[in-house]
Amino acid sequence: MSDIGFVRKEMVPEQEPPASTTGVIGWMRENLFSGWFNTALTIVSVFFLAMILMGLVPWVLSPTWKAASLNECRDILHEMGREGHYAGACWGVIRDRWVQLFFGFYPADLYWRPIVAIALLGVALAPVLFSDKVSPKLFWFTAIFPVLFPWMLWGGAFWTPLLVVAGFVLAYFVYSYVERVASSLLALIAAILFAVIWFVWGVGTVSGVVNTSLGAARLDGQLEQVTTEITRLEAEVARLDGEIKTAEDAVTAVMEAGDSARESGGDAFRTLIAEARVPRNVLGALRAEKGIVDTNLSHLKSYKRRMELLPELVEKLPGLREAAAVARDALPASVSHVTTEAGLDKFKTRISDEGLDILQDDMKALEAVLKQENEVRFTEGSIDVTYADAARIGLRPVESRNFGGYMLSITIGVVAIAVSLPLGILLALGRQSNLPLLKSLCVGFIEFIRGVPLITLLFVASTLLNIFLPPGTNFDIILRVIIMATLFSAAYMAEVVRGGLAALPTGQYEGADSLGLNYWQSQRLIIMPQALKISIPGIVSSFIGLFKDTVLVSIIGLLDPLGLSNAVRADAAWNGIVWEIYGFIALLFFIVCFSMSRYSMYLERKLHTGR
Amino acid sequence: MSELATDREIDRSHMSVSDEVAIEIAGMNKWYGTFHVLRDINLTVQRGERIVICGPSGSGKSTLIRCINALEEHQQGKIVVDGTELSNDLKNIDKIRREVGMVFQHFNLFPHLSILDNLTLAPIWVRKTPRKEAEEIAMHYLEKVKIPEQADKFPGQLSGGQQQRVAIARSLCMQPRIMLFDEPTSALDPEMIKEVLDTMIELAEEGMTMLCVTHEMGFARQVANRVIFMDAGQIIEQNEPEEFFGNPQSDRTKLFLSQILGH
Repeated sequence: MSDIGFVRKEMVPEQEPPASTTGVIGWMRENLFSGWFNTALTIVSVFFLAMILMGLVPWVLSPTWKAASLNECRDILHEMGREGHYAGACWGVIRDRWVQLFFGFYPADLYWRPIVAIALLGVALAPVLFSDKVSPKLFWFTAIFPVLFPWMLWGGAFWTPLLVVAGFVLAYFVYSYVERVASSLLALIAAILFAVIWFVWGVGTVSGVVNTSLGAARLDGQLEQVTTEITRLEAEVARLDGEIKTAEDAVTAVMEAGDSARESGGDAFRTLIAEARVPRNVLGALRAEKGIVDTNLSHLKSYKRRMELLPELVEKLPGLREAAAVARDALPASVSHVTTEAGLDKFKTRISDEGLDILQDDMKALEAVLKQENEVRFTEGSIDVTYADAARIGLRPVESRNFGGYMLSITIGVVAIAVSLPLGILLALGRQSNLPLLKSLCVGFIEFIRGVPLITLLFVASTLLNIFLPPGTNFDIILRVIIMATLFSAAYMAEVVRGGLAALPTGQYEGADSLGLNYWQSQRLIIMPQALKISIPGIVSSFIGLFKDTVLVSIIGLLDPLGLSNAVRADAAWNGIVWEIYGFIALLFFIVCFSMSRYSMYLERKLHTGR
Repeated sequence: MSELATDREIDRSHMSVSDEVAIEIAGMNKWYGTFHVLRDINLTVQRGERIVICGPSGSGKSTLIRCINALEEHQQGKIVVDGTELSNDLKNIDKIRREVGMVFQHFNLFPHLSILDNLTLAPIWVRKTPRKEAEEIAMHYLEKVKIPEQADKFPGQLSGGQQQRVAIARSLCMQPRIMLFDEPTSALDPEMIKEVLDTMIELAEEGMTMLCVTHEMGFARQVANRVIFMDAGQIIEQNEPEEFFGNPQSDRTKLFLSQILGH
């Protein structure tokens, strides 16, 4: 018999944990008062929290929503007996300017377009973000959205986005055809070449042909329509003028009453000022409305004038062309090669420097010819523009300089985010490539972009890029900024994704290889899903950083919310406002950034497949 | 459930070796940088052969079988698999990998895919099998390795032995003509080794051409028709299992066998 022998006869049943470690008491003991030091820390923290809230809450809860100026806010707070710098927030500025902070100087009658575009953005993102809950059939919408979104914001004829889509479809056909007859590398090169030719040259030519034929056909109808519209708008202006007159009279009446009341002073005066607020607000609204109508009217009038002039110009054009050609042929040999103003200037300096007075006459002849040619070009241009206007079936164009506000931040942010992720993945793969040239290109790009502050890239976008590009190319400023922000973000993304790639065991690559998957298949099906999952926190951090960095565009003169805040603060009525407007902008950014952060946590949980 | 194959007599009715050559390796050399890891390897594998490769760690046995499906590149000599010579031509490499299945020490299942998706992935994308058909094939092989009920789970939820059986099934789904095993039981608990060996024995009974790097000498005795001993990147000795274990010729082999069988 040995003493150490033991066999368990019955199993120990499961028991409840001790009461002092569960429930509210248990939680507090565990987390707040687990020792004298932690207890002291808890008390100090609660004290500080209370101090902050006691200062902040009354400031936020300030009934100044309806105020029309900072002074009115102060009056309201004064009446409540609250004085001093932190008496309360002046929320009137938000009520007054939130529309501008959202839309910038986008035409007020077209606000529905960015609103619909951003709502549709949600629809397009749904199948990407919630692939398990939304039908994958919605992906077709996601696929066309990159073309739909800019069209809704910038407007234009409906065939412009169709031509862009056609470019991709045709490039695909070129690819699959060349791949069948030659190699896939050749096919890729051919497809890219085709796409470049199509976008640089094809789209313009096709839409030019469409514009001219369709424009000529629609000209009479357009003219009639515009004439009716002008009559309607003129009536509108007359009506508004009448109403504005009435409102002005009302304001003047109150002001006069105020002047007499001021002498008596005191409460009567204050009441009058309060009363004056209503007619003044009415007046402001009327004037704003009239401003919009006026702009539309003058736009239509100039359009009408151009349409009326068009037949005359079209008739004149062949004659002008012929005359210019004849005149050029008649030029003396000494100047016949000069075709530009710059060439003429050079010629002039040569004459004065070298004293070649004999050539004075030649120069004069050249000047005349250039003038004629300019006229031809100008006529052609205005005919084209008018035809394009008459032919446009689609949305009214809005220029980039009218973009602004939070809408601009979202536009730049969304496009840059959507493009920088795939670009970053390609850069990360390139960086891991065995091809030395590709690898060093990617490394060079990443290290250069990461080594340069975003703001310098934005300055390059706003100023230097115009110097490098051929003169006359009109490269949209918002597009330039988007490109720079995308490249910047893609470099960071590449490093984040590389981190994810490095964290994968080589066994995953070998497993994929041993099954016979090729490079792109194993990247797409095996490597990227796992590498991206590991990188989610880093990727989302980059996204959030990028979205917040969009406020830097205010430095190069784009009117994002931060840029607009300066305009608001320069207004006499709101001069001196600081916290309210920056707080509001911060809140706008916080909502989007916090949503991104929450989404990333949801995604991580969803993709967690046990281990 | 039938008796475990590891405990019963092996059914040798299908285990015939044909004259057809499955793999031919001639004068093959490989270096890692300047380190000469495989030296003058000559090996011919007939169709239906079951070869066990053993040897001390660092002897190059894993590297050898990884060269056969081009996971490692060889620098000299010739490797012909199923009549296709392994060269730098990607088409040849892809062709060979389609015909050669491989099972790894650490399973290398894809943790983000369910078991079923792990199995159907390659048939669908490489062989272009329709999904439905691929799923039927997958379920067939899952039943064969005796874990059909795990089809919808993820690899992380399975035990090591189950994962390795899934890995074997995954290779089989590509219906390979040759199977390579790279220490398939080395990362497993003793209780799980048996279930994996069981699957491997059943595979051998069906006449699969197999190259196994393993230290499971019981398995070698039971199913192998040739045992190869490697050391320092060279084939030191090869023989039928009876002869190899009973009457080893080289001193190096004797020492190795005494070490692994002695304890």
